Amino acid sequence: MTVLADVSLRVNGTPHEFALDTRTSLLDLLREHLDLVGAKKGCDHGQCGACTVLVDGRRVNACLTLAVAVSGSEVVTVEGLDHPLQDAFVHHDAFQCGYCTPGQLCSAAGMLDDLERQELPVSPAEIREWMSGNICRCGAYPNIVAAIEAVA
Amino acid sequence: MKEFAYARASSVDEAVAAAAAPGAKFLGGGTNLVDLMRLEVETPKLLVDVTHLPFHSVDETAEGGVRIGAGVRNSDLAASRLVRERYPALAEALLAGASGQLRNAATTAGNLLQRTRCPYFQDVTKPCSKREPGTGCPAREGEHRNLAIIGWSEHCVATHPSDMAVALAAFDAVVETTTRRIPAVDLHRLPGDDPSRDTVLEPGELIVAVELPRLPFARRSRYRKVRERASYAFALVSVAAAYGDGDVRIAFGGLAHKPWRAFAAEEAIRGGASFADAAEAELAQARPLRDNGYKVELAKRTLVSVLEELA
Repeated sequence: MTVLADVSLRVNGTPHEFALDTRTSLLDLLREHLDLVGAKKGCDHGQCGACTVLVDGRRVNACLTLAVAVSGSEVVTVEGLDHPLQDAFVHHDAFQCGYCTPGQLCSAAGMLDDLERQELPVSPAEIREWMSGNICRCGAYPNIVAAIEAVA
Repeated sequence: MKEFAYARASSVDEAVAAAAAPGAKFLGGGTNLVDLMRLEVETPKLLVDVTHLPFHSVDETAEGGVRIGAGVRNSDLAASRLVRERYPALAEALLAGASGQLRNAATTAGNLLQRTRCPYFQDVTKPCSKREPGTGCPAREGEHRNLAIIGWSEHCVATHPSDMAVALAAFDAVVETTTRRIPAVDLHRLPGDDPSRDTVLEPGELIVAVELPRLPFARRSRYRKVRERASYAFALVSVAAAYGDGDVRIAFGGLAHKPWRAFAAEEAIRGGASFADAAEAELAQARPLRDNGYKVELAKRTLVSVLEELA
């Protein structure tokens, strides 16, 4: 028996209302209901970071977020992201296959705020530590770090 | 994932009343619970979302300690100036845990109540007395490199995965629930003959806050975590310690079914023992399994190293 719940979200600035199976993750809502396929389902266990989006300005793993639990929130995906990081990733060639890139971009945008709250400098060492929740199987890490450092 | 109903509690009374329903579970950040539901290790009938209760602040107490709301996100707790100045090891422990994304979602109470990452517990095709009482513990003879060396029983050799809880245990924190106050060192249980219960909490008992007492020498404290890669991995061994004013507080992570407060080592140091002898005194009770004997030496060396840094 499916249990439905009312969910309202603003996604990339646009308000939406849904009646959703309570089991629906924010990631599945974005990909399957709104056709926003930038956030990827890499591991579906919060271990790879490919699904990272911003909820009320904070980076989270959309795969571990129940859509019903964030009803009322503002969500930004890579499709709605407008940040100098995007040009920096291109300029620094911060990807190879590109699969993890939407998650890397949203995570990096959220990380810059996280570091500011923590009053930490945006150094290569801190970037590596604070981006450790985003895996890049192509190993583009050096250029990802360079791109983020260029924007900081 | 099995079907479940969802209720967003707007008051403690409402949360506790809703949680009385059979199969109800409280939902915090969901970073562990939702994952376990996807694995069908957890199959709640009802999730009672408690993240909208008014427990989101970190405040100084009248006694000079710090009171942490149960719903404070791990990232916000780590960023709190009160915590960073008075209990730096707690901030370090929080930042040593999980990833930036997970810390933004995970709550104080949820961090305490996360379940073990023992591979048998998380795999419903395997026996596990923690998940299904009476089915046995294959980890004792199986994959247990990262499991317990202290306080385990024949029914369970799991470890508690939290970093934050180790610092709270070291610094005499008290967990406040809807019905009582529990010293953090007594919140988590040893497995004994009922590993299905991680904590002493009763069904429907809700954590509302964690209080740290005034502990001036904890301004000099450290959390050191030893793991298999530089970041985003669970501890093999970790140490939270404060040392100063002729006093000491020590707890280990990664060694037992609960954060392991090192009372024997503390007593030895107060009695004038060397750090190495104090570490020996604590680890004398270790009973390593076939493949995790390395943790005994690692725990001793990590403790000595942290104390030397603080001395």
